[in-house]
Amino acid sequence: MANTYYEPADLRKFGKITEWSEELGTKFFDYYNKVFEEGALSAREKSLIALAVAHVVKCPYCIDAYTKDGLQRGITKEEMMEAVHAGAAIESGATLVHGVQMMNKYNKLSM
Amino acid sequence: MATKSLKARHKELANTQRQLEILSNGIFRDGDLPYFKDKIAEIGMFPLKPRKLEVLQINVGYMCNQVCEHCHVDAGPDRKEIMTQETMELCLEVIRNTGAHTLDLTGGAPEMNPNFRWFVEEAAKAGIQDFIVRSNLTIIKANKKYQDLPEFFKKFNIHVVSSMPHYTRGKTDKQRGEGVFDKSIAALQELNAVGYGMPDSPLRLDLVYNPSGAYLPADQSALERDFKKALLEDFNIQFHNLFAITNLPISRFLDYLIASENYEDYMISLVDAYNPAAVQNVMCTNTISVSWDGWLYDCDFNQMLGLKVGSKVKHIKDYNEEVLNNRNIVISQHCYGCTAGAGSSCQGTVA
Repeated sequence: MANTYYEPADLRKFGKITEWSEELGTKFFDYYNKVFEEGALSAREKSLIALAVAHVVKCPYCIDAYTKDGLQRGITKEEMMEAVHAGAAIESGATLVHGVQMMNKYNKLSM
Repeated sequence: MATKSLKARHKELANTQRQLEILSNGIFRDGDLPYFKDKIAEIGMFPLKPRKLEVLQINVGYMCNQVCEHCHVDAGPDRKEIMTQETMELCLEVIRNTGAHTLDLTGGAPEMNPNFRWFVEEAAKAGIQDFIVRSNLTIIKANKKYQDLPEFFKKFNIHVVSSMPHYTRGKTDKQRGEGVFDKSIAALQELNAVGYGMPDSPLRLDLVYNPSGAYLPADQSALERDFKKALLEDFNIQFHNLFAITNLPISRFLDYLIASENYEDYMISLVDAYNPAAVQNVMCTNTISVSWDGWLYDCDFNQMLGLKVGSKVKHIKDYNEEVLNNRNIVISQHCYGCTAGAGSSCQGTVA
């Protein structure tokens, strides 16, 4: 048993979750693989979206996976960093937009 | 970035025996990863046998004007291994009689061999169907004496295959050296100007992409689309096909993998991406590789590892296609580089 919560080598074992629930695991991976196929969005665009979301949900496995995926696709580091900022901007915006709630409450309670 | 070969720097990995030890020890000897031999035995492909010979690949010397970080040849300006005219004569005899439809000249920078042009002229007379020269592009801009290469290639209807690791300056120069991108762009424009790479032009210009780091290439057709769009929009450059080639863990790339602590992860990526369908078409099954000094190998990678063909015919002076076609192909763990994903060869993906 590893004595850290995240073990880089565990990413390779992701597929094993199917062993304990074949039906759900299979459905998940089928869905996952389908999502990232070329579609109305290119697989390249989806890789950048995945990278941004990986940062927002702070998943170290996903960050490793989609940085490598981006490199493989020829995505530049400038494009990757812009994607990370897009994710970060939404995440910080999501916090800041609650500032309106604070302002509303403040105003309601104030004379 | 280094400006000398591993050999000139007396590095441990200039020794091919040491490379072979590394490729058979560690995670393979510990049983964490299967040996290539065992992996292909699972699908009844061991021993690996040749199919019909299609490609004769001749390495005319390891001298090069560049010192690329990933180079499996460990080529560079300091390499003195150059094919002599006598060995070229032996090659011409084979070219005139071979059943192969493709002649593939590589190096180093093949153009730096002093007898390169004579050899091309003589070889072209054999009327081989597809005559490839692997050009690093910058050679065309390296010295005045190489400036007419586009016209020379055109005259002999040479199929030009050129390395281009990325369509951006930063990534290209990091792998291949400062200024390589701009020179490559200028060379591609000159090749286009004489008709190479233009739509419907019979003058074939293909590009080779290989990753600038410890990762595998993505889908070749998607990369080709990105390269075509970017090179056309930014530089008005056109080309025919892009070959995505996986970096094999040998020579300078192996040295990089070990120094950057990526070796194990890279080997795991290769083994995880192993594709049995790619084994059927690996290039060693249709290729013979000839070294600057006339020895015969299953591929250019085996040549750089010093793994000569497993046949009683081992040298161009004794060349016999029938005998060679009965050989067992020599393999080691670097072969996983050719069977990962869609497979990899000097002609791009194979599966």
